[in-house]
Amino acid sequence: MIVEVGHYALVLAFALCLVQMVGPMWGSLTRDRALMAIAAPVSIMQFLLIALSFAALTYAYLVSDFSVLNVVENSHSQKPLIYKISGVWGNHEGSMLLWVLTLALFGALVALRAKRMPEDMAATALSVQSWVLGAFLLFVLLTSNPFARIASPPMEGRDLNPLLQDPGLAIHPPLLYLGYVGLSITFSFAAAALIHGRIDAQWARWVRPWTLIAWMFLTVGISMGSYWAYYTLGWGGFWFWDPVENASLMPWLAATALLHSALVMEKRDALKVWTILLAILAFSLSLLGAFLVRSGVLTSVHSFASDPQRGVFILLILVFFIGGSLALFALRVQSLKQGGIFAPISREGALVFNNLLLTTSCATVLVGTLYPLALEAVTGDKISVGPPFFNLTFGPLFVPIFMAMPIGQLLAWKRGDVLGATQRLAFVIGLAVIVGLMLAWVRGEPVLAVLFAALAAYVIAGSFVEIWSRVTAAGYDIGLMWRRAVGLPLSSWGTAIAHAGAGVTLFGLAATGWGVERIAGMKPGDNVDLGPYVVTLDDVQRRPGPNYIETAAFMTIREGGVVVGRLEPSRKFYAHRSMTTTEAGLRTIDLGQVHIVIPEQNSDGSLDVRLYWKPYVTLIWIGSIFMFIGGGVSLADRRLRVGFARRPSRKDAPAAQPSAAE
Amino acid sequence: MIWVVFAILTAAAALSVLVPLARAAAAAGAGSSQQRADVAFYEAETASIARDLERGVIDAAEAEAAKAEAARRLIAAADDQPDHAPSPWGRRIVALTSLAFIAIGGVGLYGFIGAPDYPDQPLMARRAAPPDQMDLMAALSKVEAHLAQNPGDGRGREVVAPVYMRLGRYADAVRAWSEAISIMGANAERETSLGEALTFASEGKITSEALAAFQRAHALSPTYAQARFYLGMAAEQAGEKGKAADLWSALYLDTAPDSPWRPMLAQRLQTIGYPPPGETSGVPKGEAAAAIAALPADQRNVAIRGMVDSLAARLEQNGADPEGWRRLVRAYVVLKEPEKAKAALVQARRALSADADALASLEALAREMGLGG
Repeated sequence: MIVEVGHYALVLAFALCLVQMVGPMWGSLTRDRALMAIAAPVSIMQFLLIALSFAALTYAYLVSDFSVLNVVENSHSQKPLIYKISGVWGNHEGSMLLWVLTLALFGALVALRAKRMPEDMAATALSVQSWVLGAFLLFVLLTSNPFARIASPPMEGRDLNPLLQDPGLAIHPPLLYLGYVGLSITFSFAAAALIHGRIDAQWARWVRPWTLIAWMFLTVGISMGSYWAYYTLGWGGFWFWDPVENASLMPWLAATALLHSALVMEKRDALKVWTILLAILAFSLSLLGAFLVRSGVLTSVHSFASDPQRGVFILLILVFFIGGSLALFALRVQSLKQGGIFAPISREGALVFNNLLLTTSCATVLVGTLYPLALEAVTGDKISVGPPFFNLTFGPLFVPIFMAMPIGQLLAWKRGDVLGATQRLAFVIGLAVIVGLMLAWVRGEPVLAVLFAALAAYVIAGSFVEIWSRVTAAGYDIGLMWRRAVGLPLSSWGTAIAHAGAGVTLFGLAATGWGVERIAGMKPGDNVDLGPYVVTLDDVQRRPGPNYIETAAFMTIREGGVVVGRLEPSRKFYAHRSMTTTEAGLRTIDLGQVHIVIPEQNSDGSLDVRLYWKPYVTLIWIGSIFMFIGGGVSLADRRLRVGFARRPSRKDAPAAQPSAAE
Repeated sequence: MIWVVFAILTAAAALSVLVPLARAAAAAGAGSSQQRADVAFYEAETASIARDLERGVIDAAEAEAAKAEAARRLIAAADDQPDHAPSPWGRRIVALTSLAFIAIGGVGLYGFIGAPDYPDQPLMARRAAPPDQMDLMAALSKVEAHLAQNPGDGRGREVVAPVYMRLGRYADAVRAWSEAISIMGANAERETSLGEALTFASEGKITSEALAAFQRAHALSPTYAQARFYLGMAAEQAGEKGKAADLWSALYLDTAPDSPWRPMLAQRLQTIGYPPPGETSGVPKGEAAAAIAALPADQRNVAIRGMVDSLAARLEQNGADPEGWRRLVRAYVVLKEPEKAKAALVQARRALSADADALASLEALAREMGLGG
């Protein structure tokens, strides 16, 4: 019964979408307050129903109810509990259910805060959100129903794709979805603004927290995914410019641009049309990502099973929302009041510069992702646009962004002084040069690694120059400095931390140039030199796991004869799918990592081993955590919460605590 | 019972529309929340301008200008307020349409795709069913649950593994054997069985995992026949016919003359083009294959062809024999008659169209034999 209740709840949520698509929208156009008033309660009810539905499916997984087709196809009674839970979204149908759950969650969150917004805007935005939600619910119900039942259930399921049986799966998709779907809210607000022709600083202020939330989760979601690929896929790399990765990077770039342009809109009432367009584009890119991943245009781990019917359906959703919103935009753009003009050398000028580069790099990624697909569709030729293309185009675009980051922070609104800002950065530039020289001396070649590391040092140090100068403006007394530091708006701290995080990530990326890679055939007792370390294969053992057999290699890392760590890279054989996965052995030493994979076990008992030493590699992911924290600190800023929420949500509660000290 | 829950859910959904509709209608006319939001925003903005001024980010003139700008926006926003009372009829229509949407959309769509009369079937409950209502699969499932709770029961795993093999659940057999090995230690028999299960799981192909298992078995007991047989098969699959022939010939000589193994070995050796060693090929062992092997080359061909034809005729009568079809296709390939092999494949596909597993293994065979899809 529980399963069918979940199924019915999902259908009911769709029916409520139908009501919501028309009622509040009609009400906002005819200024009928009663009709507008249904928007918030209905959004919350939609969320409750979909949450019930999700809980029902999770229940079916937990009790291994093999009368549910989805459970048969993706679960197994012997599977560990955590993968029974994460298996719910480790497949196409379940992940789409998670997608609609997240859509409804954001709708409900906006509904809870609707009282702080003009009711026509809130009602229209929630109505637009229901259009999106309704489209995806229909997709789930008609083409990808996770509640499909079978009359004579088998006694055992077919198990989850072994690659997905990993703690990473429990975390990566929900985070990424919070990011992707968070952008739907900015999209809905943009559509509402266009419908009502009401585009002003206030709009930017409502939208920015949502953009920030989406951006934060997108950042860690992408970063988690990259770390997961790094330790599980056994390629030793963490980013491959794979179309699926690009699909998540593009909305991130657009969201980053949106975050900055919304700031200009809020502070200077300028860049309004552009900001609206970005809000539409950011979510359009999310939808494009969903299409690329879910339609089976691409085959990868992410695509699970896919069929053409689904692809066509998502394509229709894509065309409807992107086409519809852009048409609305084209229709309305003439009547929108343009904002004020401003000097090119100013904080807003720097933010426009940032926007230009971010959108160009986003367009680059889009071309690099879609061109091979289009070419294959038209001519049947398979070409691969790989890392060289992206490194050559994306790299040069990002260098000026990093160079300008600290300068932009130091420029004043309205009119700034580049020379003055550069002078204030002189110390930081000097510091970066010293870091560069030191690294060149200690680590040596390649030159690019040294240059990028120095750039990273400049970005990290430069991020705090503005805060430093404000803190020390009244002198260098420690107590006074502390009080001033505490008194600074949290959004300044947030900016500095997030920018520094970008620098930290850049440093980690730069340091890959100093990495060492070895490929060796090893037998127990063999040694391999790996950068500063010597790796010994001590023993190879087979041991059964709950639903796999593992061949584990026991290895010892020594530096100058002293043991610094032990590793157990392994290969897991999943008999149910006749599939072998590699589990990399990772050992973090300082900030770097020794990364060992066994791609093959030879019949003579020896192992093919791939060994990597990657100095500072963890900084890539640590940087993204800084960006997340920076976003959270910014979100906790009291000024941002005006028009957002009186009572902090659970998400920003921990970050809100420091503000009590203000 | 389920309909009661459905009714409650439906009522909740309907109320989420109707309650706010009624409430807002009652409270219509109280001050617009839009005005309140506008004013709150204006106040926040002037406060932030004051803070910027205090910190010295902007000067007094700029602060004044910014305040004026904010005030202008507040006035502009106030100009666009709603000012008319909509008719109650619109609302009634919305209420009714919503109910219709929820009732027809919800119940209708659910009636179309849902399965309200399917009960939940948690695995634990199915396993707990009384034994007389339980089929073999359910009983097996119960044993599995017992084994999962007793990770040290190696004997149980050894018992259940052959059952898996008979049921064609080779992957489960692989798991059972490897667990048995890690609990009770390796011996030649267990390792060979593991290798065998691995081989069956990958449709007859000896994978590197399987080969490693046979090698371990062979190392543990160099005379253990089954391991030696599979090692020969691995050599054959790797294209090393000479090595396969050596291994099988040695095994042939070690096998007792009355062993049922012997004719099979002889047949294997024949297929790869080597005669069985020792007693020349002239000694039939009572088995048809050995008898045919003993005939002179031309007669042998006729005899083989006769057998193949009778197999084909039998399958024509009764096609529900996946193993027979596979043997027929293989035979035509061995006889170097690819056209007939393809024709047999087409017939087999038709005859076995209802049996997905058989079709899959048929396709695998077709690929292996290079007959194309």
